[in-house]
Amino acid sequence: MTGQLVLALLEGTTSGLLVALTSVGLALAFGILRIVNVAHGAFFMLGAVLAWGITTATGSFLLALSLAPVSVMLIAAVMDRLVLRPVRYASGPTIVATLGLLYVLEQLTLALYGPEARAVAAPLAGTVELPWFGYSIYKLAVGAVSAFLLLGTWVVVTRTSLGLRMRATQQDPEIAQAFGVPVYRIYSLTFATSAGLAAVAGVLVVPLQQAHYLMGLDALLVSFMAVVLGGLGRIGGTVAASFLIGWTDGIVSIFFTPTLARIVASLIVAFVLVARGGGLVEGS
Amino acid sequence: MTGGRALALHLGVAAVLGVLQFVLPPFHHGMVTRILFFSTYAMAYNLLFGYAGLLSLGHAMFFAAGMYGAGLPVYYLGMGSGSAFLLGLGSGLLLAAAVGAASLRASGSAFPVVTMMFGQVSYLLTLHFNWITFADQGLVLVDRLLPLHLGPWSVPLTDPAVRYVLAWGLFTVVLWVSLWIVRSPFGRILVALREHEERARMMGYDPFRYRWVAVCLSGGVAGAAGAAYALSFGYVGNAFASILYSIYPLLWVLLGGAGTTLGPLVGVLLMTYAVDVVSGFTSAYLVVVGLALVLVTLGFPQGILGRVRARWWRWLP
Repeated sequence: MTGQLVLALLEGTTSGLLVALTSVGLALAFGILRIVNVAHGAFFMLGAVLAWGITTATGSFLLALSLAPVSVMLIAAVMDRLVLRPVRYASGPTIVATLGLLYVLEQLTLALYGPEARAVAAPLAGTVELPWFGYSIYKLAVGAVSAFLLLGTWVVVTRTSLGLRMRATQQDPEIAQAFGVPVYRIYSLTFATSAGLAAVAGVLVVPLQQAHYLMGLDALLVSFMAVVLGGLGRIGGTVAASFLIGWTDGIVSIFFTPTLARIVASLIVAFVLVARGGGLVEGS
Repeated sequence: MTGGRALALHLGVAAVLGVLQFVLPPFHHGMVTRILFFSTYAMAYNLLFGYAGLLSLGHAMFFAAGMYGAGLPVYYLGMGSGSAFLLGLGSGLLLAAAVGAASLRASGSAFPVVTMMFGQVSYLLTLHFNWITFADQGLVLVDRLLPLHLGPWSVPLTDPAVRYVLAWGLFTVVLWVSLWIVRSPFGRILVALREHEERARMMGYDPFRYRWVAVCLSGGVAGAAGAAYALSFGYVGNAFASILYSIYPLLWVLLGGAGTTLGPLVGVLLMTYAVDVVSGFTSAYLVVVGLALVLVTLGFPQGILGRVRARWWRWLP
C-alpha cells in the first residue's frame, strides 16, 4: 500500500513538473505580453518532433535537449517580429494570427515529418531501487531538469534586473518605455522564453510518449487549465495548479477514459472563466 | 438610406446563383452546392463576429448540433425530413441559448477561449458516445431518409439537383434574413455595442441581452445549415464538429469581409476552391488555412468586400 502511494506520488510529481514547464511558458505570455497564444501547444509539439529528428540524426539526446529548444525559441522570435508585433499584440488579431500559426506549424510538420508517431529510447536506462519497486532514472532526471528550469525562470523574473524590466512592462508598457525599458525587445525575449519552456517539455516527453504532429492540442488544453486555475498569468499559482493536475492525473485515469478526462478538463477551463467573469488579461 | 442598389445587388447575386445550376458541369455543380451550404453557415458566423464583434472559436458545435439534431432522429427513429430539419434548427438554437448565456459572462479575450472549450466538449462528446454517433465513421442516412412529400410530389433530398435547390433556397432565405437584421434597429444596436460598448450601455441598451439574442440567432442559423447539409448529403460525421469547422467560418468571414452581407459567400467561394486545388498537391493542404489566417490578419483586416466598401461602394451593407 505504501509502495503504491509512493509510486503515485512520484509519477504525479514528475508529470506535474512537466505540465508546469509548458504552463509557465503560457503564463509568461499571458502575464507579460497580455496575449492568448493559441499556438503554444505547437511549440511543445515542435520540441518533441525536433528532439526525435536530432536524436535520430546524431544519436545524442543531450544535443537534442539543447538544440531543439533553441531552434523553437528562434522560430518564436521570428513569429513575434513578423506577426505579433505588427498587430500590436491586440487581443482579437493575436488570437486569429496565432491560430493561423498553429495550423502553419502543424501542417509543415505533417509535410516534413509525416503523420507517424515516433519515440526515442530514454537516454538514461536503468532504475533506482526503492524498498518497494524500481523507479526509472530517466523520469527522475526529467523531474530534476524541469524543477531546475522552473526555479531558473522564477529567479530571473523576480530577482534580476531583466525580470524587473519584464514586470515593469507587464504593469504599464508605456511608462516602462518612458523609463528606457526596451519594451519590444522584452516582448520578443519573453515570447521566445515562453516557447522555449514548452519546447523543453516537448523534448523531455519524447522518450516517455511518442512525438506526433497533433500532440500540441492536448498540451494546450492542459496548460490552459493550469494557467486558468493558477490565477491567469501568476507563475506560482500556475505551478501549484500544475502539481494538482499531475497528482490527480493518476486518480482521474482510473475512473475516466481519456476522452472523458478531456471533457472534464475543458469544462473546468470554461466554467472557471465564466465564474470569474470579465476578460482574460486585466487592463487590455 | 439608399437601399435600391444594395437590394438590386443581392437580388442579382441570388438570381445568378439560382441560374448557375443549369449551366455548371457536374463537378462544379457539387462544389457550388457545398459552397452555398457553407455560405449559410458563414453568414450565421458573420452575424456574431462581423456585426456583434464577438470572436467565437467553437461555432462547429452549432453546425454539428444541427447535423446530429436532424440526423440522429432520421437514423434511429425514421423521422421525416421536414421535422428532422426543424429539430436540427432547434438543437442549434437551444445549444446557442445555453452556451451564449454562459460564455457572454466572460468578456473580451475570454469569450474565444470559453467558446473554444465548449466547442471541444461538443466534439469530444461525439467521441464519447461513439456507440450512438459512430464518431468519424459517421452515420449514413441515405437508405433511411424518406423522400420529402410536397403535395402530390415526393422529392428525394439526396438527388444532386434537389440538393442544389435546397442549398440555394436556404442560402437565399438566410441572405435575406441577414440583410433584414443588419438594417433593423436590432442590427444597428449590435454594431453600436461592437463599436463603443460603454456609450451604447449609457443609452440604455443592455449588452448582454442583445449579444445573447445574436448568439441564439447565429446558432440557430448554423444549426439549420448543419441540418440541411446532413439531410441533403445523407451523412452525419463528427469531422464537422471538430475545431477545423470552427476555424473555417472565421477565415471565410475574415477573408470575404467581416460585417458585410455578401462577404461570407466570397470567402467560402475562394477558400473552398483554394483548398480543393492545394489538396491535389499535398496532404498538408490545411497549411493554406493557416497562411490565409495569418496573412488576412496582417495585411487585409477588412477582407475583400470590406475593402471594396471602403474604396468604392460605400452603400454596401
